[in-house]
Amino acid sequence: MGFRIEPRVNQKIAYYVLLLMTIITVLVLFFIIGYVFKNGLGQLSFAFLTQKTMDMGKGGGIFSSIVGTLFVALVAIVIATPLGVGSALYLVEYTRGGPVRRVISFGADCLAGVPSIIFGLFGFIFFVIHLGMGWSILSGGLTLAVMIIPTIIRTTEEAIKAVPRSYREISYSLGVGKFDTIFKVVLPASLPGILTGVILGIGRAVGETAAVIFTAGSSHNLPTSLFSSTRTLAVHFYILAREGISMPKAYGTAAVLIIIILLINFAAYRLMHRFIARYY
Amino acid sequence: MMQTDEAKIRVDNLNLYYPGRQALRNINLDIEENEILGIIGPANSGKSSLLRAINRLHEIDLARLTGRIMLDGINIFDVRINDLRRRVGLIFATPVVLPGTIYKNLTYGPKSHNHFSRAQLDRLVEDSLVAANLWDEVKDRLRDSASTISGGQQQRLCIARTLAMNPEVIMMDEPCSGLDPISTAKIEATMLELKDKYTFILVTNNTKQAARVADRTAFFLSGELIEIGTTESIFTNPQDERTDQYIRGKFG
Amino acid sequence: MKDKIAEKILLLIACSAILLLLLITFFIFQQGLPLVLRIGFGNFFSAHWAPTRGFFGIFSMIIGSLMVTFGALVFGVPFGLACAVFLAEFSSSAIQKTLKPVIELLAGIPSVVYGFIGIVVLVPFIRESFGGPGFSVLSASIVLGIMIMPTIVSISYDSLIAVPKTYREGSYALGATKWQTVVMLLFPAARSGIVAGIILGMGRAIGETMAVIMIAGNALKIPGSIFDSVRTLTATIALELGYAAGDHRAALFACGSFLFLIIIILNVIAIRITGRK
Repeated sequence: MGFRIEPRVNQKIAYYVLLLMTIITVLVLFFIIGYVFKNGLGQLSFAFLTQKTMDMGKGGGIFSSIVGTLFVALVAIVIATPLGVGSALYLVEYTRGGPVRRVISFGADCLAGVPSIIFGLFGFIFFVIHLGMGWSILSGGLTLAVMIIPTIIRTTEEAIKAVPRSYREISYSLGVGKFDTIFKVVLPASLPGILTGVILGIGRAVGETAAVIFTAGSSHNLPTSLFSSTRTLAVHFYILAREGISMPKAYGTAAVLIIIILLINFAAYRLMHRFIARYY
Repeated sequence: MMQTDEAKIRVDNLNLYYPGRQALRNINLDIEENEILGIIGPANSGKSSLLRAINRLHEIDLARLTGRIMLDGINIFDVRINDLRRRVGLIFATPVVLPGTIYKNLTYGPKSHNHFSRAQLDRLVEDSLVAANLWDEVKDRLRDSASTISGGQQQRLCIARTLAMNPEVIMMDEPCSGLDPISTAKIEATMLELKDKYTFILVTNNTKQAARVADRTAFFLSGELIEIGTTESIFTNPQDERTDQYIRGKFG
Repeated sequence: MKDKIAEKILLLIACSAILLLLLITFFIFQQGLPLVLRIGFGNFFSAHWAPTRGFFGIFSMIIGSLMVTFGALVFGVPFGLACAVFLAEFSSSAIQKTLKPVIELLAGIPSVVYGFIGIVVLVPFIRESFGGPGFSVLSASIVLGIMIMPTIVSISYDSLIAVPKTYREGSYALGATKWQTVVMLLFPAARSGIVAGIILGMGRAIGETMAVIMIAGNALKIPGSIFDSVRTLTATIALELGYAAGDHRAALFACGSFLFLIIIILNVIAIRITGRK
């Protein structure tokens, strides 16, 4: 049969190759985080975090961006959560296969795959220009809301499905109507899972650049209202890095970004675990 | 209470279809007020399906039925579904407590039907727990999570929960399966104590339990009602051979 | 009745996803399509992009996007599958529980950070080792490969563990090793999921903007080698939207429309393959 490696040897080789590749992957992650932290953590002084951005970024801190990011994310969450949770509720509780479900799921799945630059284009032409909101926290937040709705729909769907069937049966058997059953039993029970989705959505919103830079603008001033233009942390970082304005501050901003992402992922992860432990 | 000739629940030519199979075939059955009707039979004979049809829970399972079920002479499909389910309660085989305190479990149902004052709710909670023979054991723990009590206590909590709705009929689907003998005895005692106020339908895998508590017993097999009669006559003198064999444990 | 009203409201809310999709489609195409129709498809797909002078040919950028996407797959798919297989078949559940979130963390890192690391670490390395400007197809492919890996790992992992245990047990009972089982049984069984994951990864790579802008070089010609600079569709949009006006802006939306179309097609294929309900 010609040259043939003994299957067990084959497996050993395969195992080590796979292990190596996995280790490389993990190392890449640690390298990225480590590199950013090594160069950026030193920048994280109280001043850096609380001073407004000055001098096109060369001076001052990142406070303007922190505030801007906060409010953009807030707008995004406030809009996306009801829409996402409501959609998921409808999908799980009111449909059972069938064309309506397929259409809605299709819409959500496609929306999930749309790249951020397209959202940027859309947000620009629709919110900034067509609706006349200009480059603002509002435009940015609304655009991000559209972006993260699919994320929230997906995680909420899973969370609602995880609530045991028996809860609903008991509620119905007591003569409680569908609305009350959903809002007094199912929703509260799926809250941790929903929260996880919301937190992950915030994570996406915070890390976004292409969708935000064309909708919230890039003003480095401290935002004063929802209609102020602002530069989120990711955008600020991008501008600093690309224009080579200030490498140290770029690293500092990146470090803050990564810390936020780590916190968000950690929180989401812990929540998910508590949720799973409750029902499985 | 109106004195009528009508049975409390009348099942008339009932056929129940789940997707892919027929669960009940041509069931004709009267359930008298204030009786305990025992329903026995092997697994998959349609006993639970009958209960779920009576309170229209079958709709959740995407089942459909033909025939009629009447409660106090009125077709259950002509009654508001939430009222029907309040009047006809169902205890499931596995006790499932809702997340929250014992107190909350008991007040959840009533609060969605009516507005009650705090004092009324307290009263309701106490009365239901007393009737379910659980009050003494949990009266100091009403604000504890319902998941901290034992299985037997949880099942009695489920009974109390149903009683809090002020039902007329209480259906029990193998309520004591998996419970210890003491809890089982307490639940059976509850049934006998409350018989005068409610009508009970007891589905059970345990023929001896039916023999202990039921006034009349019905034997189901493969979706059909084989035989129904007073408990004594069913157990000592069954008319149908299959009933006889089942009771004697020849199959199960 | 409360129930009926609630149902109607929730239905309305549930339609928001598809409505938004339609809204996006409408506005993007409304801005971009007229221009394309005016200059003709021949001109639109030519290789001459000089928007301020009236030339709107996107061919070189399509090639750029394709090259970079293909490169991303070359790097991302092997590592992605390797991790998925390792996690699903060759590691204990403890390792799985620790490693999976770690890999998912990779997905959470903002693209600008990836781009930045690419600039300061990868680009100089490539420049010194292989010549050329460093900002190249190669560097973009590597970074994009890393970026799409979590998607591929996630979906492939889910597909692999969805294969029923009985398949594996049957295979082991016949004396096959784990690796043989994976290659001959599990991969074919999980194939549709894995392919869908790869297609979705492809979609992400095509749509990636920030990282690509920072490390691909953005030169407007069709690259001659993987060490040459390259410009993708997404880069063009992002670089020029800030100052584009009139026809130029419309042309960028036309790019966006084309991109959008490709992505939707890829998504539909992926959805079809997995038969998601």
